[in-house]
Amino acid sequence: MKKALLHAALIAGGLLTLFPLLWMVAASFMSNGEATTYPPHVLPHAPTFEQYRELFVRLKISRAFFSSGTIAVVTTLFSLLFNSMAGYAFAKLRFGGRDRVFGLLLAALVIPAQVGMLPLFLMMKALGLVNTYWGVIIPSLASVFGIFLIRQFMLSIPQELLEAARIDGAGELRIYWSVVMPLARPILATLAIFTFMTTWNDFMWPLIVLSDESRYTLPVSLANLVGEHAQDVELMMAGSVVTVLPVLALFLFLQRYYIAGLMAGSVKG
Amino acid sequence: MSREARAAILFLTPALFVLVLFFFIPVLAGFALSVTDFDLYAIGDIHNLRFIALRNYAALLRSPIFWTAFANTLYFSVIGGPLTVATSLAAALLVNAKAARYKTLFRTIYFAPVVTTLVAVAIVFRFLYHARFGMINRVLESVGLQGADWLGDPKWAMPAIILVAVWKNFGYNMIIFIAGLQNIPEELYEAARIDGAGEWKQFRHVTLPMLGPTFLFVGIVTAIGYLQLFAEPYVMTKGGPLNRTLSAVMLMYQEGFKWWRMGYAAAIAFLLFLVIAAATLLQMRMQERR
Repeated sequence: MKKALLHAALIAGGLLTLFPLLWMVAASFMSNGEATTYPPHVLPHAPTFEQYRELFVRLKISRAFFSSGTIAVVTTLFSLLFNSMAGYAFAKLRFGGRDRVFGLLLAALVIPAQVGMLPLFLMMKALGLVNTYWGVIIPSLASVFGIFLIRQFMLSIPQELLEAARIDGAGELRIYWSVVMPLARPILATLAIFTFMTTWNDFMWPLIVLSDESRYTLPVSLANLVGEHAQDVELMMAGSVVTVLPVLALFLFLQRYYIAGLMAGSVKG
Repeated sequence: MSREARAAILFLTPALFVLVLFFFIPVLAGFALSVTDFDLYAIGDIHNLRFIALRNYAALLRSPIFWTAFANTLYFSVIGGPLTVATSLAAALLVNAKAARYKTLFRTIYFAPVVTTLVAVAIVFRFLYHARFGMINRVLESVGLQGADWLGDPKWAMPAIILVAVWKNFGYNMIIFIAGLQNIPEELYEAARIDGAGEWKQFRHVTLPMLGPTFLFVGIVTAIGYLQLFAEPYVMTKGGPLNRTLSAVMLMYQEGFKWWRMGYAAAIAFLLFLVIAAATLLQMRMQERR
C-alpha cells in the first residue's frame, strides 16, 4: 500500500515535470493555428515539419544555432584550460597567501554579475568587442565556480604522485598535463557539460552585447521572435525545441558525469 | 621564490587575469559608476560626466517604480525560494526512498528542467498559461474549476512566474539533497528506531537536523539566483501587467541598456548586491543559531 502510494507520487511528479516539454514537442509538429483552436488538443492531428521548415528556411535559425554553438564550444574549451590550471594551483601547489586568495574568490560568489555588467559593457565597447562573439565569450573564460569544482576534486589526488614525478625530473607543466589532468577527467567532464549548458542557455549578457540579428544566439533570437510571432504558437514551440534539444540530449548522454560531479562538489564544499 | 610558487603564478595567471579584468574591476567600476550621472551624453563625450555623490541612490529611494521592482523581486524570492526548496526536498525523499524503484529514471526526469533553456521554457509556459487556449485552464476546466488569465491578471502574474521557477529549478536542489541524504549514517536511523521513533519522528529528529548544512547551501544558492530574476518576466510579461512582475534586474536593464542612464542603473545593481549579501548573511546567522 505504502509502496504503491510512493510510486503513484513519483509518477505523478514525473508527469507534471515532463508535461510542458512533451506539449512543446507535440505543438511544434502542428500546422499553423492548430494549437489555438478550441477546445485545445494535445497531439497534432497530422504531424508536419512545416514549422521547422519555416524556422530554418525563412527565419534562418541556423545562424543563431551557429552563434550559440560557436560561443558555447569556445567558452567551454578555454574555461576548461584556465579553470583547471587555477584549480590545480589552489589544490596542489604551495605558495604564500594561497588560502586567502582562494577565500576571496569564494566570497565573490555572492556578488551578482549585474553589478559589473554596465562597466563591462563600456569596456567591451572601448575594446571594439560589442556585437562580436568574443564580447560574449571573454568574461566567461574563467569562473570561480569552475575553479572551485576543480580544486575540490584535485585535493583528493595524492601528493606523493606529484613528488614522485618531480623526483623523476618532470617539469611543473608536464606534471599538470600528463599526471594530474588524466586523473581529473571525471571532473573535467562535469565542468565541460556544466559550462556548455550555462553558456548555451545564457540570456542576459548576449542580449546586451549582441546587437546585430545575424549574430544573435538562440535564446536571444527566440526572445526576439516571440515579440513578432506571438500568435504563431506552433512556430515558437519549434523554436523552443531546437533550442532545448541539444542541451537536453547532451545531458541525457552524459548525465552520469554531470550529476556525480555536482553531488561531489556540493558535499565536499 | 620556490619552484612551486613560481609554477603557481604561471598556472593562476590566465584565470586571475580574466577574473580581475572582467569581473572584479567592473564590479568596483560599477560602484564608481553609481556615484556619477553617466548617461547618453557621457557615452558621446566623457567630459559630460559629473560626480554626483549619492544622488542616484536618493533619487531611487524616492522613486515608486524602484520600490515596486524591489518588492516584486522580494515577493518572488521569499515565496518562490522556500517553495522550490520544499519541492526539492520532497522530490529527493521520494527518489531516495528505500522502496522506490527506477530511481535513476525518476532522478533524470526531475532534473531535466534544470538543463533546459530558460527563455525557451518561459515561452512554452507563456502559451500553457494562455487564458483561452492554454492547457492549464483546459485541465482546470475539465475538473470543474474556473481558470484565469494567469499572465494578464495583476494578482496572478507573479504566482504564475513563481511556478515556472519552481518547475525549472527544483531538480538542481534535489540532487544536492539526495547527496545530503546519502551522507546520513544509517546507524542514526537504527538508534532512533530502537528508541521507538516512527517515520515522522525519524524525519523530524534525524533527517532534518542532519541536512542542516545542505539547507544552508541550497538556501543561499537559491536566494542568490532568485534575487536576480530577469528572463522569465522579460519573456513572459515584459514586467506587466501594471508592473507587477517588473524585477530589480529588469529595471536595471531598462534604465541602463534601454535609456542609457548607466549611473542610475549601476545604483540599482549595487542596491541589489546589498540585498543579496544581506540575504546570505541572514541565512548563515539562522543556521548558526540552530
